[in-house]
Amino acid sequence: MSMGAALGQATQAHWSPTNIFAPVSTPAQSIFELSLLVLAVVGAIFVIVSGLLAYASVKFRKRKDDDGREPAQVYGSSQVELAWTITPIVIVLVLFLATARVLFSVQDAPHSPGSLEVTVIGHQFWWEYRYSGLNVVTANELHLPVGEPTFLTLLSVDTDHSFWVPRLAGKTDLIPNHPNKMWVEPRETGLYLGQCAQYCGTQHAKMLLRIYVESREDFDRWIHEQAAAARTDDPSSEGRRIFERTACINCHTVAGTPANGRFGPDLTHLMSRETIGSGIAPNTPENLRAWIQRPDALKPGSLMPPMGLTDQQLDAVTAYLASLR
Amino acid sequence: MSTTDSVGWAGTRIAPRPLVDKLHEWVTTVDHKRLGILYIAYGLTFLMVGGIEATVMRLQLIRPHNDLVTPQVFNQMFTMHGTTMIFFVVMPILFGFANYLVPLMIGARDMAFPRLNAFSFWLTAFSGLFLYFSFVGGYGLYGAGTAPDVGWFAYAPLTAKTFSPGHSTDFWMLSLLVSGFGSIGTAINIIATILCMRCPGMTLGKMPLLVWLNLVMAGLVILALSPLTAAQLMLLVDRYLGGHFFDTQAGGSAVIWMHSFWVFGHPEVYVLILPAFGFASEIIPVFSRKAMFGYPVMVAATVAIGFISMSVWAHHMFTVGMSAGGNLFFVLSTMAIAVPTGIKIFNWLATMWGGKIYFKAPMLFCVAFLFQFLVAGLTGIIQSAAPFDWQLSASYFVVAHFHYVIVGGIVFCIFAGFYYWFPKVTGRMYSETLAKVHFWLFVIGFHLTFDFMHVPGLLGMPRRIYTYEPGRGWDTWNFVVTIGVFFQAAGILAFVVNVVRSYFQGRPAGSDPWDAWTLEWSTTSPPPEYNYASIPVVRSRRPLWDLKHPEDPDWKYE
Repeated sequence: MSMGAALGQATQAHWSPTNIFAPVSTPAQSIFELSLLVLAVVGAIFVIVSGLLAYASVKFRKRKDDDGREPAQVYGSSQVELAWTITPIVIVLVLFLATARVLFSVQDAPHSPGSLEVTVIGHQFWWEYRYSGLNVVTANELHLPVGEPTFLTLLSVDTDHSFWVPRLAGKTDLIPNHPNKMWVEPRETGLYLGQCAQYCGTQHAKMLLRIYVESREDFDRWIHEQAAAARTDDPSSEGRRIFERTACINCHTVAGTPANGRFGPDLTHLMSRETIGSGIAPNTPENLRAWIQRPDALKPGSLMPPMGLTDQQLDAVTAYLASLR
Repeated sequence: MSTTDSVGWAGTRIAPRPLVDKLHEWVTTVDHKRLGILYIAYGLTFLMVGGIEATVMRLQLIRPHNDLVTPQVFNQMFTMHGTTMIFFVVMPILFGFANYLVPLMIGARDMAFPRLNAFSFWLTAFSGLFLYFSFVGGYGLYGAGTAPDVGWFAYAPLTAKTFSPGHSTDFWMLSLLVSGFGSIGTAINIIATILCMRCPGMTLGKMPLLVWLNLVMAGLVILALSPLTAAQLMLLVDRYLGGHFFDTQAGGSAVIWMHSFWVFGHPEVYVLILPAFGFASEIIPVFSRKAMFGYPVMVAATVAIGFISMSVWAHHMFTVGMSAGGNLFFVLSTMAIAVPTGIKIFNWLATMWGGKIYFKAPMLFCVAFLFQFLVAGLTGIIQSAAPFDWQLSASYFVVAHFHYVIVGGIVFCIFAGFYYWFPKVTGRMYSETLAKVHFWLFVIGFHLTFDFMHVPGLLGMPRRIYTYEPGRGWDTWNFVVTIGVFFQAAGILAFVVNVVRSYFQGRPAGSDPWDAWTLEWSTTSPPPEYNYASIPVVRSRRPLWDLKHPEDPDWKYE
């Protein structure tokens, strides 16, 4: 009862940026249409059966003026029982066929040649994106063009994760040794949110997803910028020297410099991203400094260790990172 | 010498037995009724523990970015809550009822293997204590004593040494391994008892439905617990003997663990709910004053559920990347199981239809169960449509759905059964007023918590997150969900007060307070150690109805 009402209200898109009933991409739309049929059938069954239950509970309750005699004993009825066996079978068949149609249309969608291919790699607790053939590697914030399909290959380097941006598509798991595929075809530009949906360890909760759907021109411009080498204001800065002499470079890459680690996010164009820590905080120099100082304070369980830098060194490294555009 | 002895004997007869003697009797007992009570008491104790863990989680989630507990503690809470509630609350309680009731209902004097029965109980009991010892004894990820934090289905490779060093995962693994042996022992015992120890006249077709449901449940336990036990052994080999079954770093397969776990995990749901169906199938007829409608179909539906439930497991894995054909198979099998389940709901309804319904506490809980199980079944059908499940899987919608099954379905039936058989077990009546207070508080709390829990799932909230971002439209729903917990806790408090007070002060119940029809009501309350002075002989499914209505006995119609 209360659930039905809640469902009705939940269909409004502005209720949540992650509302599954506000699809803006082909797979999410197909699922949404199937869900309406399923909910209608299930809703009808609910109304009928709970109505019968309520009626029986009121109508057949023992009365105050009861004569104390036992009611007529009925042991069963083949016709009635046959009816409520066959009717559900028919309903199940209808639902099954409708489900099969959508299942094939989404899961076995033809792979149009020349469409954008991105490899999504799950890490504890962040996302790595590699754009095939475009020489672009980035983290946590995925940029996609509007109005065309993008095919995602899902991999994991450690534990299971799941890629879920409800308004774009259903979720698909990222499992080590088990590459998966999914696709999206966004119809409107905008920022779409999501997060990891398969428990992956301590910070499963803060493995957030941000998908920027842009016009083709904006997307091409973004790709062009990301594919360029790192642009820093001062290659010989104090911050850069500290960065390259500490363990930072074991895990992080800054293209065109000695830093080529792959364990953590690629920092080549760090400042082109709006957030840090897989979407947990705005990418400002203050937050960046706090993050470098103690990642564990912002994200307990994060695998990035504190580097034990002095305040002065922190300022310098922050300044260097803030110059990576 | 003989003189001294006789004085000693006489002395012990007069003085009240010391407490240690009584406890010794309970520890060494092989009586099916005492073991049943032990199982139930053990399960109820852990219900409080699991409830506290749930409360901690709900307090943490009452608002976004709350920091009541650390992520590590939260992850331990949901792992322990799930493991506890399934393995150390619901299973022991249902095994306890089966132990107590099955021999009484089939006119037997004990279970087939009384010593195996005691052994199984103590295995279960110690495995639960062992799991909880991890809080103080396990040196795990975080240095100090630590509980398992890998989730109750412990997906590989999170359980590998690489990701879970220390011993927290070992506690989880070994505890379930041991309790699994206990469960299998009990299952074998139940099957042997039902097949071999029925009283004269009680053919399979004349057994009470509760006995049928426990027979199918026990069969499922053997089929379902074995793969889990095997998987735990494989994990043990991985962690300590250099195996690579699930170790993805060395080429193992995370998906094989998922299959191994869910081929146990889904039949397990039916292991839990079939005995609960058994309670409903005994209570609804008695409080509607009518024979069970369509007994043969109910039995057939039970057996069908048993078989189909073995083939639906991978509907837990629609997002794992199985082939379209593979997904489709599990869509069909999952939808198919709705058919026999629907038949059951309709037959219970038809039993109420045209009856005279007495709304005592057991019946109130059963009617609420019918309504809630209907909803749980329907949200199950929703998720069986695999594409829809790609959105719903691993979200709070799923959490709401399975709590609807386990709390709204099974726990409500357990409370119904508890009130129904309380007079038989203790010889005293419970307080009907307090039971109704319990019922209404628990119904309100249940619906506040679990109705509203569906919504954040539809709005994109995944399960197992220790905190969430504001601005996702999840805040209000989570607040209401947490408020419901207090009502549920108040309901449980009324239950505990009622049980304790009634045990000491309840008025004597007599042997048959409900004017019921199955054999257990023909012996005294509580039953003597040997159950029946002479083994009963039955001619129909309702032997006591035949006795009470010699002019219109059931056996004329069956």
